[in-house]
Amino acid sequence: MNMIQAINSAMDIMMERDPDVIVMGEDVGYFGGVFRATAGLQAKHGKTRVFDTPITECGIIGVAVGMGAYGLRPVPEIQFADYIYPALDQLVSEAARLRYRSAGEFTSPITVRSPFGGGIFGGQTHSQSPEGLFTHMSGIKTVIPSTPYDAKGLLIAAIEDNDPTLFFEPKRIYNGPFDGYWDRPSQNWSKHPAGEVPTGYYKIELGKAKIVRAGEALTILAYGTMVHVCAAVVAEAGIDAEIVDLRTLVPLDIETIEASVKKTGRCMIVHEATRTSGFGAELSAIVQERCFYHLEAPIERVTGFDTPYPHSLEWAYFPGPVRIGEALKKIMKDA
Amino acid sequence: MASEHPRANLQPLTLHIPEPKFRPGDAVDFAEVDVPPAGEARRPDTADKASDFIDLAYTLVRVLDDDGNAVGPWDPKLSPDVMRRMLRSMALLRAFDERMFRAQRQGKTSFYMKALGEEAVAVAAAYALDYEDMCFPSYRQQGLLIARGWSLVDMMNQIYSNTADRLGGKQLPIMYSVKEAGFFSISGNLTTQYPQAVGWAMASAAKGDTRIAATWCGEGSTAEGDFHSACTFAAVYRAPVIFNVVNNQWAISSFSGFAGAEATTFAARAVGYGIAGLRVDGNDALAVYAATEWAAERARTNQGPTLIEHFTYRAEGHSTSDDPGQYRSEGEPNAWPLGDPIKRLKDHLIAIGEWDEERHAAQDKELAEQVKAAQKEAEKNGILGHGLHQPLESLFDGVFEELPWHLKEQRQQMLDEETASGRPWDRKA
Ligand SMILES: Cc1ncc(C[n+]2csc(CCOP(=O)(O)OP(=O)(O)O)c2C)c(N)n1
Repeated sequence: MNMIQAINSAMDIMMERDPDVIVMGEDVGYFGGVFRATAGLQAKHGKTRVFDTPITECGIIGVAVGMGAYGLRPVPEIQFADYIYPALDQLVSEAARLRYRSAGEFTSPITVRSPFGGGIFGGQTHSQSPEGLFTHMSGIKTVIPSTPYDAKGLLIAAIEDNDPTLFFEPKRIYNGPFDGYWDRPSQNWSKHPAGEVPTGYYKIELGKAKIVRAGEALTILAYGTMVHVCAAVVAEAGIDAEIVDLRTLVPLDIETIEASVKKTGRCMIVHEATRTSGFGAELSAIVQERCFYHLEAPIERVTGFDTPYPHSLEWAYFPGPVRIGEALKKIMKDA
Repeated sequence: MASEHPRANLQPLTLHIPEPKFRPGDAVDFAEVDVPPAGEARRPDTADKASDFIDLAYTLVRVLDDDGNAVGPWDPKLSPDVMRRMLRSMALLRAFDERMFRAQRQGKTSFYMKALGEEAVAVAAAYALDYEDMCFPSYRQQGLLIARGWSLVDMMNQIYSNTADRLGGKQLPIMYSVKEAGFFSISGNLTTQYPQAVGWAMASAAKGDTRIAATWCGEGSTAEGDFHSACTFAAVYRAPVIFNVVNNQWAISSFSGFAGAEATTFAARAVGYGIAGLRVDGNDALAVYAATEWAAERARTNQGPTLIEHFTYRAEGHSTSDDPGQYRSEGEPNAWPLGDPIKRLKDHLIAIGEWDEERHAAQDKELAEQVKAAQKEAEKNGILGHGLHQPLESLFDGVFEELPWHLKEQRQQMLDEETASGRPWDRKA
């Protein structure tokens, strides 16, 4: 399965198991979503459980919060993460705080799915990585898978979870892993172990990172598309790096991070989002708070630049093999 | 305490989920679409109160009848010369779209969006506005630039993100910005231009200027909160602005019912705000012209905003990324009861003896050549498919007026990367 099919399967299974799970969003019904993630769900589960919505993201999330308060488990889709901003108030001031402010009388068991990230020539409004905005806001969980297998297991866990969860889907790797070289032929999940996805139910606990590659020389913290780019760079450079795929940013798997950095003594953080106040800053602070006396080199942060996503220059913006490779050299300089 | 079965006698509630009339494979019959006769709608005085002509938000202002005659009180009585120019602009827009669509299919650029079937909406409005008025378009009003005589080569440069792209390759193709031609920078985020147009119009009024603003969005986009904020501000301050809602029946795969069309019209959105509302045959260039001219006069005489719904049909896919065959009947574009806007204006000009089929065919040929020549010219400046055309460091231009330290640092980092890489991002031809 590719990642889209895995995501589709997760929703399908959850709708079968739980009549309270409903799917909604722009174009998700008959058409099955602009990325086809909801294909076939309406035909199978009916129009009152899988339906198109008006084009108002603030409405979509606000309505989902109300449905959640009734007792449903809405899985709204925001067509591109770049369009989540009109829904910010409903997500941040409402969904994220409902449990807290009502002392648990009302909750928001909603799972907001949204494709994010660049590398598809989407320009400024189809490429952004806004995860850092939400990790900054208390009360909302943030999940980012990097493989079809994880996507399915994590999405099932997110839908079962009683808190509001953002599920950001790295659209660059919907169809296959990406090594950062856009001019090489695209890879396909069918030839990748993580493309083997069980058709039935399984879940992956939120808040647990995964060690993608064990190593001793340094720790690389990454998520989404960047996990694959890092793995390719590391393989090419022949460095014995430990690559940790965070999988969920909130809650964060601090034990795995801490153990890995203490073991390797070096830490590199890679994300596609802009640098300033990005999630990498938080990771960097956590690592230095907890692992400072084990560090043998300054923490390295590799990120997108602090500019909007530029259409034609997107590969200069993207933290690709060169930027990661240079950072690797720097952090390993006196190893 | 509530009893065990407190509501046992009540009927269960049900949820209504709208469904379009036709899906792939269905035969299309638009008999249910209410098309009132041309010339029937009354034309109020532009000084009348909005509440005195609410009926116009529910009918269809039409000028051109089935025989190509211009009839009724909304006939703008344009000179044949102006009508021929409008016809030419619409045909040029169609030729441009056709060519750029193909360029995308040939891998010359990443994306394109056509306005096929709704050419009259932007073109006729452009003719009815003053060149000095500011337009806040959505992504399907390239007809404004074409009608304003803007350079096709300049538009194509933007589409190709090439060395001559005035936007420096920063924007998705078709997201033009041409201040000189009164064309505001297009956003990919729907309907954000609506309150901005109101703000521009309010500023113009506050300064005692005479220029007005006009803005466009699709019917699907009227659901966005920004649309409603704009209406409220415009009504409160009587802003000199024209709101255009292009009801082309489809928003990607969602039919207009998901924006509320089953319950009322989009022009009727105006009623609740106390704004003037007009519903217009959007495939009738003369009706679009007349409505825009009328709304502009209201704005210019401080009668406030007007909301015009253009009832039309999107005859092509949403964009190059979309296949309409997946969600709607193939028969729809041809069965659409309001016809083709270009053909309707052409037929009118022929009916009044000011045009003929031979001249039209010759013009189409000439326009195709003009577009082809422009394309050749633009491609001299490069195409997106052939790699980068902007200096790398320009990536950081325009984030702020002046580059702060952290961007200077990042720019240096990027240039060092280039040196280290031997330019891996130089994409192959
Ligand atoms: C805020 C926001 N949400 C979603 C989208 C994705 N999107 C782009 S166009 C579109 C449909 C718009 O339909 P409509 O307003 O009817 O205009 P049309 O394309 O028919 O001209 C959608 C959902 C977007 N660009 N911005």
